[in-house]
Amino acid sequence: MGSSQPREEDVRAYPRLLPAGDSGILIELGSEIDPVINSRIIALAEFIETAEIAAVIELVPTYRSLLVSYNPLETGYDEMLGLLNETLDRADYSALDSATQTIVELPVVYGGEDGPDLENVAEYAGISIQEVIDIHSGTDYPVYGLGFSPGFPYLGGLDKRIAMPRLKTPRVRVPAGSVAIAESQTGVYPNASPGGWQLIGRTATPIFDVNKPSPSLVTAGDRVRFVQVQSHA
Amino acid sequence: MLESGNNTIRIIQPGPLTLVQDQGRTGFQKLGVSVSGAIDFDALNIGNRLVGNDPNAAGLEALLGGLEIEFSKQTVFAITGADIDADLDGVPVSTNISYTAHAGSHLVLGMVNEGLRAYVAVAGGLNNSSVLGSRATHIASKIGGVDGRQLAEGDVLSLGDPAPDGLSGMVFADDEFSSTVQNLTIRIILGPQDDEFSKTGIDTLLGSTYSVTDQSNRQGLRLDGPEIESKTGRYDIVSDPVVNGSVQVPGDGKPIILLADRQTTGGYAKIATVASVDLPKLGQASPGATISFTAISVTEAQQLLIDRNERFAAAELGNVVNQIAMRIEGEEISVGVTGNTAVHLAKINDAVYPVSIDEYTPAE
Repeated sequence: MGSSQPREEDVRAYPRLLPAGDSGILIELGSEIDPVINSRIIALAEFIETAEIAAVIELVPTYRSLLVSYNPLETGYDEMLGLLNETLDRADYSALDSATQTIVELPVVYGGEDGPDLENVAEYAGISIQEVIDIHSGTDYPVYGLGFSPGFPYLGGLDKRIAMPRLKTPRVRVPAGSVAIAESQTGVYPNASPGGWQLIGRTATPIFDVNKPSPSLVTAGDRVRFVQVQSHA
Repeated sequence: MLESGNNTIRIIQPGPLTLVQDQGRTGFQKLGVSVSGAIDFDALNIGNRLVGNDPNAAGLEALLGGLEIEFSKQTVFAITGADIDADLDGVPVSTNISYTAHAGSHLVLGMVNEGLRAYVAVAGGLNNSSVLGSRATHIASKIGGVDGRQLAEGDVLSLGDPAPDGLSGMVFADDEFSSTVQNLTIRIILGPQDDEFSKTGIDTLLGSTYSVTDQSNRQGLRLDGPEIESKTGRYDIVSDPVVNGSVQVPGDGKPIILLADRQTTGGYAKIATVASVDLPKLGQASPGATISFTAISVTEAQQLLIDRNERFAAAELGNVVNQIAMRIEGEEISVGVTGNTAVHLAKINDAVYPVSIDEYTPAE
């Protein structure tokens, strides 16, 4: 997912329900990466699931928008808009409570072969390597959504002191478990894949396995806590 | 008729890119799992119908053709999609007709004449283990099909049990459903982020002809043509979900139509979305194909889809062999000729095979 640079003031009225073709409706609750907006997106996905609208095929929550994918042979556009608007009208976000969020701990070996960009990040930030590690592992990160590749969690709230742009030339192959940062985000590559984020460490904990009933260790709305370890168990 | 035991096909030549595909892996996009599936899903659907399969059965998607397979047992199959020459043990076979292959038969697909992807459906469907509810191959994430990769020489694929009423010699003749046209008019629904673009930008999209570049693949069609102007000069948005047929516009102003293997989210503004009924055609658009866009409403697009589904359901399979019938040594034999007169068929005890018929020249 992407850019977090500031835009012109957003004067649009939210929520916006927009057509994503003839089989999807996109619900936007804002235009920016924002923890409150994101937690509402995730809650809204739950509300829609609870509403059990028969035509809904799947829901895809991202930072500030939710895709409702539906079967138009079952329910047409206008009727879907009506059903979703009803759900939005009933949505009560006051019960959102971070205390109920699942915290997933991931042990990370920082630097060295596991995090080849850690030194560059420290240099870019003008602080020591250990300070980068302490800052990175000192926060619980909300999972804003999963995307890019199966199980890849977009984690928000990275400390600005260690924010750093993506590599100019993406790597052809990033090892599985790599913990990485890009701009104000951090994330974990579940499987080996190409990638342009700065690699600062690696976890040996598998975070995505298609053979498990719940393939992804983390899902949108969870929080991830990185714990520094000296070697992979 | 079928012998017992495991029915398989073996890949003798894989061609440039042959994949196991079905109608895709839905339900896991929130975990970042791409939908994937046949790009010309109508073609696979027709193939499955011709061989008596469930619509979601897995078949082979052969980019450009070039595929050779061997059947272990007598098997009903059909080729659909691209316009392609093919033969069974050296005898020509047509697309959109189901045939019976003998045990040990070799099916050879040439390179496509027009279009991009040929589909081979086999009775019973490919029976690879399903991953997250689908057999579709997604190469980028190494999921589905055979180890999440393209098929290679020597791969052996097991088949499921064929439907008892799956016949050979059936033809699907409604050409509304299998198009290899290379100058396309594609119907789109503006949005979700059309308000990121200027009126000039939208007029450019709707008033220009774009061409498909060779940078296109199963993830998307990269188009070349006039640049589409955004309101602010920026094209990136906070990444959000994309769908099959999302028309996104990156910084160079040239649209990309996302297809089956797209990632689940994207960071470029999406000016429009292709109407579902026009998606299969995009799977047959070769580099150099031209595309112009027409905007329609969501309701219109949904009505088109409803009409098309009804038309598909109502389309009857024809029987291609009904011309001459005779009895030879106790076997019921009939011979037929398809619309393409180069291809002949013989029906022997309910199974239809391609046959060679030497040209008959009357004596003086």
